[in-house]
Parts: sequence; structure tokens; C-alpha cells
Amino acid sequence: MAFVLRRLCRLLLSLAVVVTASFGMMHLIPGDPVRAALGPTASPELIEARRATLGLDLPLHEQFWNYLTGLFRGELGVSIATGERVSDIVGERLPATLELAFAAVPLTLLLAVPLGMWLAARTENGRRRGTELVFTTVSGFVLALPEFLVAIGLVVVFSVTLGVLPPAGRGDPSTYVLPVAALVLGPAALITRLIRLETLRVLGEEYVRVARAKRLAPARLYLRHVLPNTLTATLTIAGLLLAGLIAGSVIVENVFAWPGVGSRVVQAIVSKDYPVAQGIVLLYGAVVLVVNIGVDVLLGLADPRSQIRRH
Amino acid sequence: MARRISPTGLLGAALIAVVLLLAIAGPPLWGEAAARMDTGGINAPASAEHWFGTDALGRDVFARTMVAARLSLLLATLATLLGVGAGIVLGALPMVLGRRGARSMTTVVELLVAFPGLLLAMALAVVVGLGSRGAVLGLGCAMAPGFARLTQTLAASVAGSDYLAAAKVLGVGRRRRLTHYVLPNIAEPLILNLTVSLGQSLLALAGLSFLGLGVQAPEYDWGRLVSDGMTGVYISPMTTVGPAAAICVAALGFTLFGESLSQAASGRRAARGRSAVREHVSLPPEPGAVLRVEELTVTFPGGLRPVRRLSFTVRQGEIVGIVGESGSGKSLTASAVAGLVPHPGTVTAKRLELAGHDLLGLGERQRRHLLGTELAMVFQDPMSALNPALRVGAQLAEVATTHRGASAAQARELAVERLGEVALPEPARLARQYPHEYSGGMRQRAVIAMGLMAEPGLIVADEPTTALDVTVQRQILRLLREVTDGRAGVLISHDLAVVAQLCSRVLVMYAGRIVEELTVEELRAGPAHPYTRALLDSLPTLDSDRSKPLRTIPGRQPGPGERLDGCPFAPRCEAASDRCRAERPSLTGGVACHHPLKTKEAVR
Repeated sequence: MAFVLRRLCRLLLSLAVVVTASFGMMHLIPGDPVRAALGPTASPELIEARRATLGLDLPLHEQFWNYLTGLFRGELGVSIATGERVSDIVGERLPATLELAFAAVPLTLLLAVPLGMWLAARTENGRRRGTELVFTTVSGFVLALPEFLVAIGLVVVFSVTLGVLPPAGRGDPSTYVLPVAALVLGPAALITRLIRLETLRVLGEEYVRVARAKRLAPARLYLRHVLPNTLTATLTIAGLLLAGLIAGSVIVENVFAWPGVGSRVVQAIVSKDYPVAQGIVLLYGAVVLVVNIGVDVLLGLADPRSQIRRH
Repeated sequence: MARRISPTGLLGAALIAVVLLLAIAGPPLWGEAAARMDTGGINAPASAEHWFGTDALGRDVFARTMVAARLSLLLATLATLLGVGAGIVLGALPMVLGRRGARSMTTVVELLVAFPGLLLAMALAVVVGLGSRGAVLGLGCAMAPGFARLTQTLAASVAGSDYLAAAKVLGVGRRRRLTHYVLPNIAEPLILNLTVSLGQSLLALAGLSFLGLGVQAPEYDWGRLVSDGMTGVYISPMTTVGPAAAICVAALGFTLFGESLSQAASGRRAARGRSAVREHVSLPPEPGAVLRVEELTVTFPGGLRPVRRLSFTVRQGEIVGIVGESGSGKSLTASAVAGLVPHPGTVTAKRLELAGHDLLGLGERQRRHLLGTELAMVFQDPMSALNPALRVGAQLAEVATTHRGASAAQARELAVERLGEVALPEPARLARQYPHEYSGGMRQRAVIAMGLMAEPGLIVADEPTTALDVTVQRQILRLLREVTDGRAGVLISHDLAVVAQLCSRVLVMYAGRIVEELTVEELRAGPAHPYTRALLDSLPTLDSDRSKPLRTIPGRQPGPGERLDGCPFAPRCEAASDRCRAERPSLTGGVACHHPLKTKEAVR
């Protein structure tokens, strides 16, 4: 319990740092962000008016106070370009991004965990070198490719050449196939590798020898004795994977013209719509922190030894 | 680096060389073609003239891809250098700063590492502005935390070293310790990582440019070309695929080369294996024998034979001790009996019989059931013999559910009962606990209780007390004697004193063979084999003369791969004759020796 509380304190501290950084982002921009956003043709009156609506004419500490209180009310600021509230933009776009994430994470684990364990069982002690070689080559190749090339490759093969799946947009279930596949492939290859190595490590442990001496059925041996002991490493990496998925979703949303926050933040940065970019980057940062804490707490619960270790 | 690079590493190096060549020769060779606009051939698909087609201004995309190599590689290199430089400074600062500063630096790095690089790069691109400069700065800053952490980890491993402690004692200052002791010793892994990072930053920059956050027109790199090509991907897929392939080639090159470098550095060696072959001859069973072993041999690839044609029998009601130095093959003998020899090892025997059943003739399923119910193993290290993730009670109970068809509730009850039998207090409470809540002695008791779950006829204990402290050793030995009452036991040990306490009969192993087989009384009266004698002499007793050093056995045991014509102990034996060196004595009358000791003197 104390450990969960300590984690929560750390989360709050980290959030404070991220909020300050995102506030600072706007003020570190050289020159006048409003002038940059509205372009050189905008009249000085318009720029003054927009500065006033954004609150940029106030002293810095007042701006920071307004920013903080705004956050607690769920206000993330107002778009310079369109005057929309950033919280509305996020509310409208977030569901599409979450759909991708909630499809990709379970799918990745469902693919990677059984495959990794199966490969470990098959290649234990240097058995079946062929299987090992094929696997390391294929997974190495997939891992060497960045998400956007994987995504483009999928579009070229399945949409352009075969014409079986739509290349972009969000609509019926078939539109989800390619974006989710592009998000899943890389992390799945990575986690499969990790699970294989972890399983091989656990298979070499004395307690597995003991379990073998008990002549348990293979299913029981692998699922009850081996799998729980690979969880620590798996969960740690899965946490990083979730955080990495955020970067992945930005890329994938842009390739597939997916109407989520990821495609919107890029638009905002390119069009110099700073409040929107600032708000979404803050959102991403908060998600990363919360996911990390979640994984930490899960790890603490999953591993019976950790309660002692963390004192 | 003198170590060998794998073929994939060579392929990687070749790919990197191609990219480097392009970066140097690309712009002069194709620069003109890349800039030439052809208003007649806008967005043309791939053809013999334009391999990758043309872009929206009719420029040849193949030429542009070749030219873009320079900018892509240059920016990636700059970003990597920036990231590595900043990372090493960030990571090394804690060593110079002193305790409080060090802790806060580490916390900052921990926080930053958690953020995806793209996110940091995006945030910085907002501040610095779009374009190559922003992308390089953003990416460099995004890479720094990772390198800082790597530096910290590596530096921490050096910090514990003796030479650094020595430098500290000698009064070498903090900064000098860092530059002269720490950094040189962590340079190699850092450089290895640099290669991989270069590939990653090439990809990340391409990604940023693809999103429109990196290189801006009229400049172009590979990512920009891919992004431009995507608008016309239906008409001319090659316009996208061409530059994308260039990125793949470069990224693969760096990844393959980097991985093989780090593999060569860690000197990883993969074991090769063969499947097990068993030879088997049917012989009539011997009544009363729980375990019968004839001509048991364990072979490993490469002509290693750690156990050579071993024969012995264990009968109901007796505990047989197997003693020998480490490497004599005693533990492998136990593993071979239990069918637990690790993979490349092969077990052959003329006969391997447990409780009257021929282990070699049974199918896999029946064999598993027989071994699961008739044989219990107690291993050396109770700390690692229990699964840390499962409750102790559950680990005991599963034996009963698997092999005796017990229900979960019955199995639980039985587990508590067995834990009580091995004299653990409050067995019902202990059954619900995890192994880490047990002491070493309690764990060994639990392991023994686990062995008893299936009511086995034979208990094999492999150095069961070696890992325990002396007071607990006695209790565990007493417990072992109690639980083997009415069954049969095999005790593997290097300690003749332990064996003499517990066993009725002793097998002495040397270099994979039995050199003497004798009862404990005979052992006390004085063994016949010079090796057993030497083992006894190396034991301290209450009346040994403490002014003299303990006897040791000079020389070493022959390895499992060595072929010896004579007696394997001859090189270390005082009584060895020419006959001993030429002809190996066979086990006759309980001893394998040409010159057995006749003297029957009282031991202890």
C-alpha cells in the first residue's frame, strides 16, 4: 500500500513537471507565436485582439496561474487558427485514437505471448536451429523497419496492388485492419523475442527442473510454472510498448488519414497552431506517465516478492 | 576488434558502405538529373527512363532518391552525435556532482526516458520551428535520455570495480576518475550502441520528414520523398516504394551491423544439439530391487562421456550413497535415472528399471507417470528449487492432482498433511505462503514434502544439505532418514562424513565410473581403493593432528572427454605401477584396483 502511495506521489510530481514544460513550450518560441500563426499579412489590431483572447498580454505568473486553473476545469486553451476550444478538439478526436490503441494492445499480447513461449519450448537448449534462425531473421527484419514504412508497405500491398482493403479513413470494420496491423507488427515482433528469451531463462531455473521431476503435463508446466515468472519482464516491456504506441499512432494516423489526435497534432504543428499542439502534447505526456505508473503497480501486484524488494 | 563478425554483420557492413558511397557520390552524379523539371512528364509512373517515376514537377525520383542519401545521412549523424554527446554528459554528471545532485539527475533521466522520442522531438519542433534544424535538435534531445541512462548503468557497473576503489583510496579526484577510469572502460558498449542509434535516428528523421515536421521544401531527404510519393501512390507506387526501399536498406544495414558487433562483443555461443538415442536389452527382473541400473552411460556431443557404463542396484529399505569429487559424474547419474539430463546429452543403458518397470521400454506417457509417482528428487539448492511465483501449498498439491487424480480440495489437504510430516510448524498457514517467506531449512523441508506427495518408492537426494548451514544440515539429514524409512534412497554427496551418517552402502565414483562399492561398516573399517582412502584422509576429525595440514589429493581428475587406457586414478596414486598405467582395472569384489589396500584399520 505504501508503495502505491509513493508511486502516486511520484506521478503527481512528474505531472507537475510535464505541465510546467508544456506551459514553457509556448513561451520558449522565439518571436511572437500569434504573429507566426496568423502570418505576416494579419493586421496589428487582429494580433493584439488574439493575444488578449489567449491571455498572452498578462504577466507571466498570471498566465501560469490561469493555465493551471484552466487545466483543473478541463480547459486546454483555444486554437489560434480557428478559435475552437482545444478540449473540444481532443474530445472529438480521442475516441478514434483510443479505438486503435484498445485493438492493438490486446492483439499484440495475444500474438506475442503464445508465439514466444512456443518458440522457446521448441528451441530450448539449441534444439531446432532452423526455427530459431527463421524467427530471428524475420523478427529482426520487422524490427528494423519503422512504423511508417510498415504502414506504407501494407497500403501498397493490400490496397494498391491487391485492392482488398481500404487505404485510408475510418468507417466499416475493414478500415481498421491495416492501421491496427501497422501498429501491431513491430511491437509484436519485439515482445515475441523478449518472451522467448525470458522463457528460455526460466526454463533453465532449478524450480523448472523440479517441476519437470514432478512430471507435470506440459500445459501445466508452461502455464503455471514458467509463464508467471516471465511476467515481470513482459509487463515492463508492455508498459514501454504502450508508451511507444503513442508515437506509433501519430505515424499510423497520418498514413491512413485516421481522424484521431495524432493526425491533428501534426496539422497543428505544421500550421503553427501552438495551443492545439501544446494541449495534445500535454495529453500524450500525461498518458505516458499514467501508463507507466499503472504498469509499476501491476508489477507490484503480479510478483509476490516485490513487496519485500521495494522496501 | 579481433572477434569474428557474422555473415549478417558483413551484409550490414556492405549495406552501410553502399549508403556511404551514395552520400559521397550521389549529389555530383545525379544532382543535375534530380533538379531537371520535365513539364511533359508530371507524376509519371515507373518506366525504363524514370525507374521510380517522376514527381509533381516532373523531376526524376530515382535521381532524387540517390541525391537525398547525403542529407538523410548527414542529418542522422548530426542528431546522433548531439544525442550521444548530451546523453554522456547527462549520464556522467552524477559521478561528478556528489550524492544529492546525482540523485536528482538520475530522477530527471528516469522521467525523460519514459517519454517516446517522437513526443520529445515534436515538442521541440514546436519550440525551435519546423525544418532540418528543429528536427536534428529535437531528435538529438530525444535520444539523450536513453544514452544518459546507458551511461549511468555502465558507469554504475564500473563504480563497483576494484580498480576504481583503488583509485579512490589513492586519492584520485572525482573528475579524473571519470575521464581516466570510468569513460575508457565504458567506451566499447557506448560505441556499439552508437551504430544502432545511427540507424534509429536515420529512421526517426525520415519519420519526422514524412510527417512534415522535418526537412522542408525545397530541401528533401528520403522521408520527404516518401511523403511526396504517397499522394500519387495509386498511379505510381514506385514513387513511394523507391525512396522507402532506400530507407529500409540503410536501416537494415545499421541494425544488422550493430547487432552482430554486440554479439561478437558479448561472445555469445549457441549450443548445438542432438536427439537422445536409447539402446535397450531385456533382462529378467531382480526381486526386491527398487532401482536397477546396468551399463548406464551419459554422452554429450564432442565425445564427452561424464558417466561411463555404470551399474548399481538400490533395494527396498536401504540408502545408497554416491560420493566423489565434483566432476565425477555423480549428479548426472541421478539426473539420468530421473530422466532429466539436459538436452544435448544422450542417455544409454542396458537396463534402467524403477519399481520393477522397465523405464526404457515404456512410452512417454507411462514413463512420465512412473517417474512422477515412484521417484522423488530433492535438489541441492532449496532457494531455487521452489517456484517463486506460486504458493508452496499449490506446488505440492499439483503433484497429487496430476498423478493421483485427486480433487483440488483433497490435494490441498494432502499437501498440508505432508508439510506437517516434515515437521513444519503450522502447515496450514505455511501452505498458503510463498517460498520467499520460508527460511532455507524450511524450503528444503517443503521440497522433501513435495517429493513425498506421490508416495514414491525411491527418493533421490542430490547434495541436499550443501547449501544449508551446519545446524540445519543435521535436521535435514535426520528428516531424510525418517522419510526414506520403508522406501529406498539415493544420496549424492561429495562429503563422506554425511554419507557415512545416513547410508548403508556407498558407491565411490571417479571419472564417471564406480571405483569402489562398499558398506558403511567396511568404509569405517578401512576402504580398499586408494582413492576412497585419500577421500577419507582429507576429512578432518576430532582427533586429527591440527599442527599438520589436512591431507589433500594432488593432481586433478581426468575430464569427461579424455581417453585413458590405464586406471584413471593412476596419475594421482602413490601405489600406481606400470600395470596401472597400461590396463584399466575392472570392478571385482567391490573394488576396481590392481593394488587394493589390505590394511583394515579403524577409522575414527
